[in-house]
Amino acid sequence: MSWTIWWRGNALGPQYSAMEHPILSASGLRRQLGDRWLWNDLSFALCPQERVGLIGPSGSGKTLLLRALVLLDPLQHGEVSFQGHCIKNQSITQYRTQVIYLPQRPAAFDGTVEDNLKRVFTLAAQTGTYRRSLIERYLSALNRTPDFLDQSVRRLSGGESQILALLRALQLQPKVLLLDEPTASLDPDSTQQMEGLVDQWMSEDSQRACLWTSHDPQQIRRVTNRQINLGGIG
Amino acid sequence: MNGYIVLGYGQLVLAALLILGNLAISLALRLGLERSLLIATVRSIVQLLLIGFVLEWLFSQDNPWVILVIALAMTTIAATAAVNRTQQRFTGIYWNSLLSILAAAGLVTGVSLTGIIQVDPWYDPQYLIPLLGMILGNTINGISLGLDRFMTSLVDQQQQIETLLTLGATRWEATHQQMRDAVRTGMVPILNSMMVVGLVSLPGMMTGQILAGADPIDAVRYQIIVMFMVASATALGTFGVVLLAFNRLLIPHQLRLDYLERSKP
Repeated sequence: MSWTIWWRGNALGPQYSAMEHPILSASGLRRQLGDRWLWNDLSFALCPQERVGLIGPSGSGKTLLLRALVLLDPLQHGEVSFQGHCIKNQSITQYRTQVIYLPQRPAAFDGTVEDNLKRVFTLAAQTGTYRRSLIERYLSALNRTPDFLDQSVRRLSGGESQILALLRALQLQPKVLLLDEPTASLDPDSTQQMEGLVDQWMSEDSQRACLWTSHDPQQIRRVTNRQINLGGIG
Repeated sequence: MNGYIVLGYGQLVLAALLILGNLAISLALRLGLERSLLIATVRSIVQLLLIGFVLEWLFSQDNPWVILVIALAMTTIAATAAVNRTQQRFTGIYWNSLLSILAAAGLVTGVSLTGIIQVDPWYDPQYLIPLLGMILGNTINGISLGLDRFMTSLVDQQQQIETLLTLGATRWEATHQQMRDAVRTGMVPILNSMMVVGLVSLPGMMTGQILAGADPIDAVRYQIIVMFMVASATALGTFGVVLLAFNRLLIPHQLRLDYLERSKP
C-alpha cells in the first residue's frame, strides 16, 4: 500500500510518493478554534481502494475534519480536490453526491425508512432512481428483513438510524464514504455486518475509498489499512 | 353627523383624573405601581402632544423631499424595532430588515396612494404618513416573527438540514421547509386580525374616523383598503427578510450557524 499522507512542516510525516492518482485529497488545511490550532497545514490524499482511519483523542477535530472535507464548514485555508479537481462553490452539490459524509448522529426525515431512502432521489443533483431490490440485498447482508423498510423512523433506535443513514448513502453509489463513528450505537454482531457491507460496497468498484473514525482502536485496525493521527498535530 | 367636539386642555385634565382610580387601586393593594403610573401618564401626555405638534407641522409641508425624509426615518425606526425583538442576530441583519421593510412598505404604499386611493399630489402627508405608519406598525410584526422563526428553526433542525446537504441537496432544497414555516409564521397575526375584524375588534383607525364624523361606511372602506395594504406589505416584507437571511446564512450550500449570536436580553 502506498504511503500517500504527508504533513508539510511536520517531520513526522512520511514523504509523499503516490503510486496512483488520489481520489480525494486535501492540502494546506488549517483550522483554528478560538486561539487553539486544531490542525495547521494538514494535507493528505486518499487513493482508490484505500481505507484510512482517522484517530486522535476526543476534541482533536476528527468530526470537524470530515465536515471540512465535504465543505459543511468553510475552509479557513487550503483546498479539497476530488478526482484531481479542486472543489469550487458551484460544484459542491455535485461533489456531495460522490463523497458522502455520515454523521455520528444522522437525522431521518418523517415517514418510514423507505420514504427516507426515496426522498433522496427527489434532490436535483441526484440522477438515479430508487431500487428496492438493491436495498433488500443490503438488508440481507445486515441480516435484516425487508420489514425494516416499513418501520416509522420515529421508532428507530440509535443503531437503526445509523443503518438507515448507511443505506441512504450506499444506494447513491458514492465514490467515497466518510464514516464518523458509524457503529457507535450498534451491538458487536451488527457492527460486524455493517463493516462487511462497507467492504462489499468497496469491492464493487475499484474507484472507491473510505475514511473512518472510531474510538475503538481494534475496529480501526480491523477496517482500515493506514491511519492518520490528528493528536500529534498543532 | 358632521364635525366633532373639539377637546380643550381642561378636558384633558379631567380625563387624567381617571388615572386617580388606578392610583387608588395600586395604593389599596400595595402594588407599588404609583411611580410607574405617574411616569407613564406624564410620558403619554408629553409624547402625544409632541407628535401632535410634529404632525401639525408635517401636514402643512408641501415639499415632497421633506415628507420622504420623514417617511424614511419612520421606516428606519420600524426596521430597527423589528430586529430588536429577535433572539438571535447576524451581521447585516439590520440592513436586511431595512431593505425588506423599505421595499415592501414603499411598494405597497406607493401603489395604494397613486393607484387605489389616487391621492393628489401623491405625497400629500395627510394620507402618506398615517397609511405608511399603519403599514410599518404591522409589517414589523411579520418581519420579527418570521425572522426569529427562521433562525430558530435553522438552529433546531441543523441535523436535518445538514443531512440533506451531505446528500447533495442545494441550500434551497435543504431549507425551503424552514423558509416556508417562517413566512407562514409571519403572516399569522394579520390573517388572524382579518378573520375577526368587525366581529371581535373594531380597528382604531376606523373608530377614529367615525369619531371624527365620517360616515361609518366610508370609514369601513378605508379600513378594508388598509387591511389589504397591511396584509400585502407583511407578506412581501416577511418573505424578503427571510430570503435575505437565507442568502446570508446558507452560503455556499453550507449552514453558517457560526454567524448567529444570541442577542442580549
